[in-house]
Amino acid sequence: LLVLCWCPGAGQDVGRSCILVSIAGKNVMLDCGMHMGYNDDRRFPDFSYITQNGRLTDFLDCVIISHFHLDHCGALPYFSEMVGYDGPIYMTHPTKAICPILLEDYRKITVDKKGETNFFTSQMIKDCMKKVVAVHLHQTVQVDEELEIKAYYAGHVLGAAMFQIKVGCESVVYTGDYNMTPDRHLGAAWIDKCRPDLLISESTYATTIRDSKRCRERDFLKKVHETVERGGKVLIPVFALGRAQELCILLETFWERMNLKAPIYFSTGLTEKANHYYKLFITWTNQKIRKTFVQRNMFEFKHIKAFDRAFADNPGPMVVFATPGMLHAGQSLQIFRKWAGNEKNMVIMPGYCVQGTVGHKILSGQRKLEMEGRQILEVKMQVEYMSFSAHADAKGIMQLIRQAEPRNVLLVHGEAKKMEFLKQKIEQEFHVSCFMPANGETTTILTNPCIPVDISLGLLKRETAIGPLPDAKKPKLMHGTLLMKDNSFRLISPEQALKELGLAEHQLRFTCRVHIQDPRKEHETGLRVYNHLKGILKDYSVQHLPDGSITVESILIQATAHSEDQGTKVLLVSWTYQDEELGSYLTSLLKKGLPQSTP
Amino acid sequence: FLQYCLSGHPTLPCNVLKFKSTTIMLDCGLDMTSTLNFLPLPLVQSPRLSKLPGWVLKDGSTFLDKELKECSGHVFVDSVPEFCLPETELLDLSTVDVILISNYHCMMALPYITEYTGFTGTVYATEPTVQIGRLLMEELVNSIERVPKAQSASMWKNKEVQRLLPAPLKDAVEVSMWRKCYTMPEVNAALSKIQLVGYSQKIELFGAVQVTPLSSGYALGSSNWIIQSHYEKVSYVSGSSLLTTHPQPMDQASLKNSDVLILTGLTQIPTANPDGMVGEFCSNLAMTVRNGGNVLVPCYPSGVIYDLLECLYQYIDSAGLSNVPFYFISPVANSSLEFSQIFAEWLCHNKQTKVYLPEPPFPHAELIQTNKLKHYPSIHGDFSNDFKQPCVVFTGHPSLRFGDVVHFMELWGKSSLNTVIFTEPDFSYLDALAPYQPLAMKCVYCPIDTRLNFIQVSKLLKEVQPLHVVCPEQYTQPPPTQSHRTDLLIDCQPPAMSYRRAEVLTLPYKRRYEKIEIMPDLADSLVPLEIKPGISLATVSAVLHTKDNKHVLQLPPKPPQPPASKKRKRVSEDVPECKSLKPLLSGSIPVEQFVQTLEKHGFSDVKVEDTAKGHIVLLQEAETLIQLEEDSTHIICDNDEPLRVKLRDLVLKFLQKF
Repeated sequence: LLVLCWCPGAGQDVGRSCILVSIAGKNVMLDCGMHMGYNDDRRFPDFSYITQNGRLTDFLDCVIISHFHLDHCGALPYFSEMVGYDGPIYMTHPTKAICPILLEDYRKITVDKKGETNFFTSQMIKDCMKKVVAVHLHQTVQVDEELEIKAYYAGHVLGAAMFQIKVGCESVVYTGDYNMTPDRHLGAAWIDKCRPDLLISESTYATTIRDSKRCRERDFLKKVHETVERGGKVLIPVFALGRAQELCILLETFWERMNLKAPIYFSTGLTEKANHYYKLFITWTNQKIRKTFVQRNMFEFKHIKAFDRAFADNPGPMVVFATPGMLHAGQSLQIFRKWAGNEKNMVIMPGYCVQGTVGHKILSGQRKLEMEGRQILEVKMQVEYMSFSAHADAKGIMQLIRQAEPRNVLLVHGEAKKMEFLKQKIEQEFHVSCFMPANGETTTILTNPCIPVDISLGLLKRETAIGPLPDAKKPKLMHGTLLMKDNSFRLISPEQALKELGLAEHQLRFTCRVHIQDPRKEHETGLRVYNHLKGILKDYSVQHLPDGSITVESILIQATAHSEDQGTKVLLVSWTYQDEELGSYLTSLLKKGLPQSTP
Repeated sequence: FLQYCLSGHPTLPCNVLKFKSTTIMLDCGLDMTSTLNFLPLPLVQSPRLSKLPGWVLKDGSTFLDKELKECSGHVFVDSVPEFCLPETELLDLSTVDVILISNYHCMMALPYITEYTGFTGTVYATEPTVQIGRLLMEELVNSIERVPKAQSASMWKNKEVQRLLPAPLKDAVEVSMWRKCYTMPEVNAALSKIQLVGYSQKIELFGAVQVTPLSSGYALGSSNWIIQSHYEKVSYVSGSSLLTTHPQPMDQASLKNSDVLILTGLTQIPTANPDGMVGEFCSNLAMTVRNGGNVLVPCYPSGVIYDLLECLYQYIDSAGLSNVPFYFISPVANSSLEFSQIFAEWLCHNKQTKVYLPEPPFPHAELIQTNKLKHYPSIHGDFSNDFKQPCVVFTGHPSLRFGDVVHFMELWGKSSLNTVIFTEPDFSYLDALAPYQPLAMKCVYCPIDTRLNFIQVSKLLKEVQPLHVVCPEQYTQPPPTQSHRTDLLIDCQPPAMSYRRAEVLTLPYKRRYEKIEIMPDLADSLVPLEIKPGISLATVSAVLHTKDNKHVLQLPPKPPQPPASKKRKRVSEDVPECKSLKPLLSGSIPVEQFVQTLEKHGFSDVKVEDTAKGHIVLLQEAETLIQLEEDSTHIICDNDEPLRVKLRDLVLKFLQKF
């Protein structure tokens, strides 16, 4: 039995998440993300590996989406409607609510603005979402009779979840993206000690151990404040939901405290809607926000207003949150082009940028960018990177491994070099195997599951009634018969097994004659034998019966006179196969004769 | 296993189940009907109530006239209202391991249990249950604490005295157990012991038992519970509904295959159709307001009120009520309205879809936005400025004994233009009204109880087919007021086992198996043998480990190898270990083949004699004989242990081991 794991998309790359897991004959696809850095076929995972053997629906038992970020769900309509999948897709309620909106948003940018064809349509998004089954946290969802899944809170973004996939006693945990420290609007990821055979963890920040959240926040506010003070404009590219809300709460409270007047804008029509989602799904936010929401809803902002395209050309300082977060398209890119030339301005990238995006380019120090139509854009504005994206850092990943106690770890969604470092650390500290497959690579993990069987209560009680063993070094053996019939396994007592099968017991008996020199009468010999055995076999029940015979447990010993030699007595020792050891021992013991004087 | 029944109220149950080695309390409902025996607590000094005459015994004794007052022929206790607690003496409640809560109405006795009995366990409930339960408790504590009452009557509780009182006081049960309301610190302490759970979440208790809450369709977050081990399953059904109101629909399928189904919390008004009652509610409300009267709706701050507001939302414009103010007055009114909007995951499908848009799932958000519905923490403060008549007021408590409702009863009771509409089914409306008599105000009784009725129950039982049904005794006979309605009881086969307060039931069960795990290396070492087509068996000799009620079989440790040959000799001379186990044998030995085998092994002088039951095989030189019979073999040999062992092994080759 094995867990097989194949990553069409999420190996050593932060681009798109898509992992296929085979566990005990069940196939589950984990996430179905798109790569934001590409505009061609490479954007979506390559499903031909699966489809070459038939339809997706026949092959896959279910699809699980961890959260609404497009690098985790962006290829879903393509996958279900264009490649063709009709089975169940599982995600949490907030993900189910928000995911279609982001997909539609992305579709609009790609198709309506860039004019691309061969992309999924609005209707496809709707049809795709009809296949989605929403799950509660900690709910055990029975996908079919053998396969069950369970969601755990992951932090990261609203509705993000880790999933446990379980078949029999084999299990895999897939973390998606998660965050082990609570932030201003979300709580920390949590999982119980579920001891999966395999933990598939993201590793975006595999080597970073980030400084305290407070420092980063102070730093961020200082930079924004300084830029605004000198009359500059601050652009913060974000995704409409997630980090944006956290930073908005941060700026809102800062503006309030410092009594600042410079306007803060949020660039997209999604804002209002996004905040509504946070209001309605407030049970998914952190403790503090949940506790106070009746008195004050943290997602109703006083200082942050909707942005209009015309505002970008307004003179004077301002702060603008604009989507998307990696500067690869849309409004954030438009504003960036407008403001890039002025060194008074600043762009703050609060999250990770995928290779190929403008965000990634400027973060890696590029200052001359080739835009569409061979135009060169010179970047004079200040470029700042602040890791606000809520991924677990190395410490967090180790912490999660400690919580879940997996037997194997598989790292995905990270960069090869950083993952290598973390892999060594994990293997050293936890003594478990750690894997890091490349895209398209298959990892096989052998599991060694226990076999659950039914034990008859009679047999179990017989064994446990004897109580705890006096000597732990000499564990007592229990003896039973495992009956296997039509895939049902039952452990019963041998007697019951014989009875159930309608078989009779075959008794195997041994009788040995032992000659000893003893001139005394038969019953006196018997008494000597009894005393002798009684003295040696202290742990056994030795009895002298009225007819002169002796029993040791179920072994029978009789002393008779020798037919020819009066000075010799014959001891008949008779035992069954079940007492073989003791019977054999007794004959050899008696053969040595009796002690001269009886005590 | 055993069931201890601590409450006699069928909709406010409290049972304790001893199941395997765990002690599980199912709900802790608080019977508040006891408060009907008390005088209302007015927010503002009420001249009418304070002038009520003291009660005088038939013989003219007046020693109770401070404690008991008479109003329109009924006698009431003039004291802080008290509640009837679940039985606390039937078993030691400090031994309860866990408490499972099914809905927010069934947890109102929680502080009495967790704070006064030495309880140290965990309470399990869903998030909406806890949040709304907290609101109900807060309202209760608030409405009693803000009207401090100097007097606490106790003389009437004396058994000798109680005997002399008129009904219903005379017949009140367990009055010595009645307690005053708990305090907010106690509520907070009790709620802090709750662990939140989600529907279909499997919760392991001590490795022995698994409990799972299932949606019950009755209220936000309301649940039924499955309590099961690998081989037995108890379903606890409490407060369930099949009507489509706001909560998530009831999960019926998961109740299948139960050994025992404990059935509580059926509708208290089996003859009323909730839909019809809502219609009546709306038309009575409209009629009163059109005639210039006010409408008072005594209600809980959560639950049916959401559905009523939704009906009114659709109804008010068409009924021409757009300008009539609706007031919702409760210390927790705002919280209740806000909380109702954030439990998307616990709502019915239609409401969930609204959240995905994203829009608030309940239309009362719009009623508030358009100023049609206003909510206030109490009649003091802003409300007195905004108050316009005619109007509709939703407020508690439905018993009419405390809360802001007392004020409106006093205020509006004298005019026949006004109407009080009873929608909550927990209290008899006539009893509730008794201390306000004589009353000019119209009274309309539209009880809305969405819980299962008997038709639905019998359909449910047919579907899920439990082996045994256990229910409160009230469900096994028609209601006392409708004794001819033999359809108003649970009808099932075998007949339901019924319980009453302070009873201990032994629940029937048959269990023959337990789960055990075979470790992989042990499994590898087993040699299965096909005995009959499709049936294989393997003998297992293994070490049993039991921890946290989980059993595991492991490969026995290898015996330590004696290092030197000298020592080996000594080992064989040692007394053998206590019974080392040998398998049972089965089969028979075909004499011809056996003889052939002997010859192959070098015995040349084998002689066979027939006997009555089989054969005797003689090895002449060795003076050894082997008796072979159908089900037994007897080897008789002298003094030659190697020979005996050799013969033994040859015989064993022909037999199967068990």
